[in-house]
Amino acid sequence: MILQAIAFWVFASITVAAAVMVISAKNPVHSVLFLILAFFNAAGLFVLLGAEFLAMILIVVYVGAVAVLFLFVVMMLDINFAELRQGFLQYLPIGLLVGLVLLVELAVVVGGWVISTDATARATAKMPAVDQVPNTDALGQLIFTHYLYLFQGAGLVLLVAMIGAIVLTHRSRPGVRKQNISDQLARDPKETIEIRKVQSGSGI
Amino acid sequence: MLEIGLSHYLTLAAILFTLGVFGIFLNRKNVIIILMSIELILLAVNINMVAFSSHLGDLVGQVFAMFILTVAAAEAAIGLAILVIYFRNRGSIAVEDIHQMKG
Repeated sequence: MILQAIAFWVFASITVAAAVMVISAKNPVHSVLFLILAFFNAAGLFVLLGAEFLAMILIVVYVGAVAVLFLFVVMMLDINFAELRQGFLQYLPIGLLVGLVLLVELAVVVGGWVISTDATARATAKMPAVDQVPNTDALGQLIFTHYLYLFQGAGLVLLVAMIGAIVLTHRSRPGVRKQNISDQLARDPKETIEIRKVQSGSGI
Repeated sequence: MLEIGLSHYLTLAAILFTLGVFGIFLNRKNVIIILMSIELILLAVNINMVAFSSHLGDLVGQVFAMFILTVAAAEAAIGLAILVIYFRNRGSIAVEDIHQMKG
């Protein structure tokens, strides 16, 4: 129990500290690296909560794909980030005010929250005991039965995003010789090859 | 202090969410940091989902956290693609320059 509590406090404090650094770091590359740190610690929190599969997905998808994508874009764009930081403190008071109001609202909402005693009994998909069915098994059994269409829809969203990103960033450059399959297929042997009778001893 | 319950995770998620919103206000000029703040907000939502799922013994919360993750990944990919073509056309990513749809 005490180990769990220590792990929670360590993960939670590092997550919050990393989140603070994400929004306040001078260099965007540092921001991305702190974002990765925050995701790693959030994955640790997920493990503490018993959601091992989501923790691994968080590391694979967020750290491995999204954060690296951010890193690539930050490094690829040649931007004067110091210029973008001008007026950084100008919005600090209003930002603090909005953040504080939001935090107080969340505290009021969550503080007045009472969970019904039979909420667990009325669960849509009861979580099986961990020693009988592992988290990944249970999640897979749910996704591939009740949430199959939503799962397919999620895959479609990813496909559309992938194609959209390629279409958006693709540019056709002139002077590049590329394979044109329809041209190749439309070639006719009669036009391509010419057969001539050549008399021996003389050229064409 | 030693008994970690639902409220601890909800508080953490609330703090992360607020930090994300605060980051959007703080870095009003830098689109990349704004996108990262949105990722922080989505992470806070995911922590809420998983915390409730674990506390109530209902797996659906984790299923939906996975869908949120999917949408977040798609959003990051499209957002960064738009950013890249915008930078290619204008040579800047300052938010105040982005006031017209015209390429």
